[in-house]
Amino acid sequence: MYTFSSKLKTFSLILMLLGVLGIGYGFLTAPKDIKEVENILAAESHGHHAAASDHHSVKDAHAEAEHHAHLEHVLHQLQNKPWSALYVACIFFMLISMGVLVFYAIQQVAQAGWSPVLFRVMQGITSFLPVMSVIFFVLLLLSGMGMNHLFIWMDPEVVKHDALIQAKTGYLNFPFWIIRAAVFLLGWNLYRYFSRKNCLSQDESNDNSFYKKNFNISAMFLVFFIVSESIMSWDWIMSIDPHWFSTLFGWYVFASFFVSGITTIALVTLYMKSKGYLEHVNTSHIHDLAKFMFGISVFWTYLWFSQFMLIWYANIPEEVTYFITRINDYNLPFFGAVVMNFLFPILILINTDFKRITWVIVMAGTVILLGHYVDFFNMIMPSTVGTQWFIGVSEISSVLFFFGLFIFVVFTAMAKAPLLPKRNPFIEESKHFHY
Amino acid sequence: MSNKVVHAIYNDDDVLMDAVKKTRSAHHHIEEIFTPFPVHGLDKAMGLASTRLAICAFIYGCIGLSVAVTLMNYIMIEDWPQDIGGKPSFSYIQNMPAFVPVMFEMTVFFAAHLMVITFYMRSKLWPFKNAENPDVRTTDDHFLMEVAVHDNESELVSFFQSTGAIEVKVIDKH
Repeated sequence: MYTFSSKLKTFSLILMLLGVLGIGYGFLTAPKDIKEVENILAAESHGHHAAASDHHSVKDAHAEAEHHAHLEHVLHQLQNKPWSALYVACIFFMLISMGVLVFYAIQQVAQAGWSPVLFRVMQGITSFLPVMSVIFFVLLLLSGMGMNHLFIWMDPEVVKHDALIQAKTGYLNFPFWIIRAAVFLLGWNLYRYFSRKNCLSQDESNDNSFYKKNFNISAMFLVFFIVSESIMSWDWIMSIDPHWFSTLFGWYVFASFFVSGITTIALVTLYMKSKGYLEHVNTSHIHDLAKFMFGISVFWTYLWFSQFMLIWYANIPEEVTYFITRINDYNLPFFGAVVMNFLFPILILINTDFKRITWVIVMAGTVILLGHYVDFFNMIMPSTVGTQWFIGVSEISSVLFFFGLFIFVVFTAMAKAPLLPKRNPFIEESKHFHY
Repeated sequence: MSNKVVHAIYNDDDVLMDAVKKTRSAHHHIEEIFTPFPVHGLDKAMGLASTRLAICAFIYGCIGLSVAVTLMNYIMIEDWPQDIGGKPSFSYIQNMPAFVPVMFEMTVFFAAHLMVITFYMRSKLWPFKNAENPDVRTTDDHFLMEVAVHDNESELVSFFQSTGAIEVKVIDKH
């Protein structure tokens, strides 16, 4: 049995505290009215100031109105910033536990022989899902109640002047949207709950009935998941850009959180091993996880490029605007994500021997996780805060808060059950797994 | 020195694997093993040096990538720039996304084909070559281990019989 050390607990609580303070700071310092925005913009561009005041002296009523509209726009973006920071970190951490849950379900359905010694680690990480689901659902509700402007299609004022969104209101309306979210989150959490319960019961069982039950519900979950995952990615990410659409977006988001989930399994496993637990996990298990990290990183790149190239080549204005914003305003994070999620992992993890070395995996894993955070940042921020993006206090504290919560919840859950599913029918094969 | 070898024949890959481990720990020199299909982990059990084919594959992939870049640059940019869908045709880097599929395919093509050719050459395989299998059953469902004899014929025979071989033969190799 694992015991959650008080040192780690304190560390997680400190992270959460820092996170809460930073998030609070972000919300408190967000500008409240146009005046503050004017001051911020003036401070940002001293060079343009002289020209701007010249312009004012003309007293062109039309320019004045335009200037006002621009200020209002920037105000909304800046008010959105702490919300978006929270939203990006929240959906990213929730989807990490989701990626682990899917990986776990695939292991069950494939009746994989190598992975059962890692099941309790995966179940520990997925115990983060219910907590995150609640927080995320509250965030969605708050967005629906008009606390922020993340989803502009929720604003009746915007829809009134937008023929494209009007045509989509049958699907993009708040009640239907929130019901879908509730159904998906509930379905995923039900699978997680029963799957863990069956796995624990299997330990004390005399036959394989609980194992078979897990096989059945895992197969049903995967079918439900792949449909709900696509819809989820449209609802929670793509609809932030209600004019834009990409038909492989669901897969793209999936690849991103799937590789993050696998990386998290590898990192948590290595941490537990470094503390002397998981004595049956050998370098071959780690090697397999690293192969998945490598493979799914390449898969992510494949989808990233497929989405980019088709839109770049077709050059249809309503599609290509998505990438133009990202390349013009988000150049560093946009191409930085490709370096972190593709170039770095492919160069360092292509070597067989490196996939067994702890520090290499920890380094590659850290870069992959940060890279996929940036990937989610790129998906969400350009339409919520536009050019006003910055990875500052709000963004970092949101990540710190959820990271602290992750450590607290995951390691508490892992201390509650034995780390070896001893009655799993494949446990002997898994213990002796040798590549 | 005589060229005598022992042929120990097995009919199960798990038995073979165990026998290989026992033979190695008894310090008998395994010359060759013939199997009808690749047996997972056999190379490690035999103590063979790990393959360098992967390094070749990486080099071949890099060659493929360079060929693709040179090819597309010559065809599409230098020699005869073509206006396809208004894409920039005078700069390789600006038109690069369109060439990525070619770069990818050529990398895979070169790595795969040259690796297969390297493997054939390294294994001394070529068209019309006569099979070296000492026993035709090794192409169907039997596994054969060939071990050199150093004046210890009877000891080896009894050793291999104890490892679960269904047949042990001593052969004079030419």
